[in-house]
Amino acid sequence: MAPALCAICKTARALIKRPKNHAKLCKGCFITIFEDEVHHTITSSGLFFPGEKVAIGASGGKDSTVLASVLKTLNERHGYGLDLVLLSIDEGIKGYRDDSLETVKRNAVQYEMPLKVVGYDELYGWTMDQVVETIGKKGNCTYCGVFRRQALDRGAKMLGIKHVVTGHNADDVAETVLMNLLRGDLPRLSRSTSIVTGNNSSEVKRSKPLKYSYEKEIVLYAHHKKLDYFSTECIYSPEAFRGSARSLIKQLERVRPSAILDIVRSGEDMARLVPGQKASSCECKGKTAAPVAAEEEGDIGGCSSTNGRSPGGEMAAMDKQLRENEEHEGLEIDVTKLKLNEARKDVKEESVPIRVANGAEKATGGQVLGTCKRCGYMSSQEICQACTLLEGLNKNRPKIQI
Amino acid sequence: MADVATGPQIPISVDFSGGLEMLFSNQKRHALSIAANDRDGKPLTIAFLIDHLCKNLMKDPRSDLFVLDGHIRPGILVLINDADWELEGEEEYEIKPGDNILFVSTLHGG
Repeated sequence: MAPALCAICKTARALIKRPKNHAKLCKGCFITIFEDEVHHTITSSGLFFPGEKVAIGASGGKDSTVLASVLKTLNERHGYGLDLVLLSIDEGIKGYRDDSLETVKRNAVQYEMPLKVVGYDELYGWTMDQVVETIGKKGNCTYCGVFRRQALDRGAKMLGIKHVVTGHNADDVAETVLMNLLRGDLPRLSRSTSIVTGNNSSEVKRSKPLKYSYEKEIVLYAHHKKLDYFSTECIYSPEAFRGSARSLIKQLERVRPSAILDIVRSGEDMARLVPGQKASSCECKGKTAAPVAAEEEGDIGGCSSTNGRSPGGEMAAMDKQLRENEEHEGLEIDVTKLKLNEARKDVKEESVPIRVANGAEKATGGQVLGTCKRCGYMSSQEICQACTLLEGLNKNRPKIQI
Repeated sequence: MADVATGPQIPISVDFSGGLEMLFSNQKRHALSIAANDRDGKPLTIAFLIDHLCKNLMKDPRSDLFVLDGHIRPGILVLINDADWELEGEEEYEIKPGDNILFVSTLHGG
């Protein structure tokens, strides 16, 4: 068949078919539009401010390598005025992380960014190899994931940086939305869809500028720009549940490529119905809404837990919060609608009260960040997950060593 | 590998990346000579090539990481001379001499 021409420049041969809209593009136009869309995400959600120091969570894999490359490009092209640093976590897995850290070191040179490597051993006293030695391979991903999230915060803090960006892409978000849907965990679903997590009370905020970028396009961007990235599978078996959600996403994409962004959008729409949650993608609104929710959440106590229990005393507070929420939604609706209309022209009247009608029964309050009583890092529980896991590990250590 | 074929052979290169090279002797680029027609005399398609690679080139027993239910595993991108195979007719594309076929996985982490 005759080679198709690029839908934008109409001159060069099309090499890419975009999953989101089937547009056929040439290499140059694809690279430009990919960057422009990330730029749009960054500006429309007010992700950065001029002069901000930002740490890029860098694993040496495709997502974080593309993120570093795109941010460097956009920072220079649009004059963001960002001070970018690469931040890598060394989980302490021999034969896995060593190679990818070498990639990150090369990236640091290629992108002229300083690099900081933080090890699990120095942060927690445990390498992942030691964790696996103690608890076995089953469930070790939980430890690794919990440790990694906090490690990025701690690494950023060491560098005096208050903002960490990660390479999470649209496929990752869609996968998380599905997993939390399958688990019935609406609060977490809600939190996972927002582009920025961490509010005024937390020391380090995290954001995902590639939230709307397809994994396929990230890989193609890396390929066509000949970026230096490392792909490997962790030597400890991947988490089965996440794996099957992943397969589902990829199979859906094969049949209907737009499904991935549609799931992300559905997740955002569901998130908007969760009490105490700011609307999805615009952080500027969140600044007014978040502190109010946080204060109220303090009275409610354990309501951010995921098991859906609802002692009577919480009902009044919940009702109050729901009313507050509606008020906030009322204030926010203009901006929200603007954004929605931009994305989907056929949007209907928002029906926020639907969730409110039966929401009080299940007490699905938004997760609210406080700080861990033990280590002082941000947590929605009294003792953070990392400290809880460490406690278990440390109890087991003597037994294992004898 | 192409010993069953009697007709003319065509030279192609096949690349694996994104972690797929692990299934193919940790080698990124493979220069192959492959029969221009299959046993029924039909031209060589990508579908035939994928089957051929599984049977002849893959050293790893985990073929399900490459092929699922008789088709390329969802999440693996196929580029024919740098163009997305979706623009080229996917499995039906007829391979020409000197073609470069790249299989790149999006499924592996970093």
